[in-house]
Amino acid sequence: MRLLCCYLSILFRSQMQYRTSFWLLATGQFFLPFTTLAGIWFLFDRFGSIRGWEFPEVAICFAVIHMAFAISECFARGFDTFSSLVVSGEFDRLLVRPRSTILQVLGSRFEFTRIGRLAQSLIVLIWAIAHASIDWTLLKGCTLVLMILSGTIIFAGIFILSATMCFWTVQGLEVANILTDGGKELAQYPLQIYERWVVRFFTFIIPFGCVNYLPLQYLLGRTDGHGLLYALTPLGGLVFFIPCLFIWRIGVRHYRSTGS
Amino acid sequence: MSTGSRLSRSAGTTPVRSPDNRHRLSDKRPPRNPKRYLSVFRIRFTSSLQYRTAALAGVATQFFWGFVLIMVYIAFYSSSDLEPPISLPQLVTYVWLQQSFLAFIMLWYRDDELFRLITTGNIAYELCRPGELYGFWYAKLLAQRMSGALLRCLPILVAASFLPSPYRMMLPPDFLSGVLFIISLLLGLLVLVAISMFIYISVFYTMSPYGSLLMFTVVGEFLAGMIIPVPLMPEWLQDVVYLFPFSWTADFPFRVYSGHFSRTEAAIGILLQLVWLVVLVTTGRRLMLRALRRVVVQGG
Repeated sequence: MRLLCCYLSILFRSQMQYRTSFWLLATGQFFLPFTTLAGIWFLFDRFGSIRGWEFPEVAICFAVIHMAFAISECFARGFDTFSSLVVSGEFDRLLVRPRSTILQVLGSRFEFTRIGRLAQSLIVLIWAIAHASIDWTLLKGCTLVLMILSGTIIFAGIFILSATMCFWTVQGLEVANILTDGGKELAQYPLQIYERWVVRFFTFIIPFGCVNYLPLQYLLGRTDGHGLLYALTPLGGLVFFIPCLFIWRIGVRHYRSTGS
Repeated sequence: MSTGSRLSRSAGTTPVRSPDNRHRLSDKRPPRNPKRYLSVFRIRFTSSLQYRTAALAGVATQFFWGFVLIMVYIAFYSSSDLEPPISLPQLVTYVWLQQSFLAFIMLWYRDDELFRLITTGNIAYELCRPGELYGFWYAKLLAQRMSGALLRCLPILVAASFLPSPYRMMLPPDFLSGVLFIISLLLGLLVLVAISMFIYISVFYTMSPYGSLLMFTVVGEFLAGMIIPVPLMPEWLQDVVYLFPFSWTADFPFRVYSGHFSRTEAAIGILLQLVWLVVLVTTGRRLMLRALRRVVVQGG
């Protein structure tokens, strides 16, 4: 943990060396999702609702998933760019150090400019909470925080999975984007609006549903009875993370240096 | 390929205003020869065709993306009984066309090599080359986009037209709309490359591509109907959209295809595309010449 903080502060200071560039990129990240949100808003303007969901409710989904994505892109960026470590042979160096590989790859890169996107999602979230009809309780607050955390962990898990593929393919695969960017795109809306098989896949295999429509139903008080069960669904994200770590370990054992 | 080469040649032979030769590294200009731009086009085209695996991955991604978008629209359409401004089959076709011709319409599809040329000063070598830089780069960018689309569009189009009912892409209502679609799509591509040239030109002034890239992509993609299709936007926004060239690159051809625009509207639109193309290319070239005049190549 202390090592991680050390990595964090080093990379933060190094990125702050280019201060203007940093703020420019951060502002860019701030404005980028606005057009998407505007698009969603215009659609609601025309159609009113989507399968019974109102705009503020969808905005909660949108904000939660974008926050989760921003945080995990900031911290798990090392896994996202992992193929460069493998290609250049840098990974050999990580292997001989007496620390876990996960920690070191994690610490190899942080993208602090994502703070812009985080701020944007935060504003959206506050707006949405103010406009959605939710009777807040302590447990609901916890659920909301859990949704964001668990979303972050799910994205991190996917980043790790796609990085693991590099052990076999060397090059990064664009297909993994389906799960990261695609997942983000998909989970902007409550998953229930999609086809049955999509909902199943993204609830039981990649558990976006656990940070999306399941706990949201609890927040909105639409759970008829099993409230607590719905409130705890975000923990599903943690369950997803464990096999990802296992697969990573298998991958590391399969690793053969490129020799360069 | 044959249409492509015709296009690149027409791009190369736009009249050249006599450039200021003082700062040109070579002032002996050989007679302009459209073949030059054609060969630049051909080299780029074949080299981009090498990345087949990447293209395959791209196809999968786009296919998935198209599915998600269509499902969202289906959900929206089913929750309102108002008469939508564009029918669902037309919209589905619109989405599939967008996904298959992504390389034709995405502004962020960029060539980092050109950025590096400008920022590192290697532009000096480019200036030594015979031929005009604008036409040269235009042909390069055009070829990249053509090859990118060529690899990706066919599998998506074919697969999408065999999907089960709500997802199936329809054929154009008649032969003429198909022809008009192809014309407008290619013209749209030419307009788009002309727009994207402005991004590269702006780097001469700003030295960093990120700002202008971000602005162009955020604004441009929204106005081109990439976030939500133009017909679904509110009326006032549609009026704004039509003031800019972006919707002519992506939105217009797709609506011609599905018959959302009548034939006369399509014909007028194609004329307007031509006007935009001329305007954008001439201003782009003038700006570029001006930028080159003040270019300072540092030694080393």
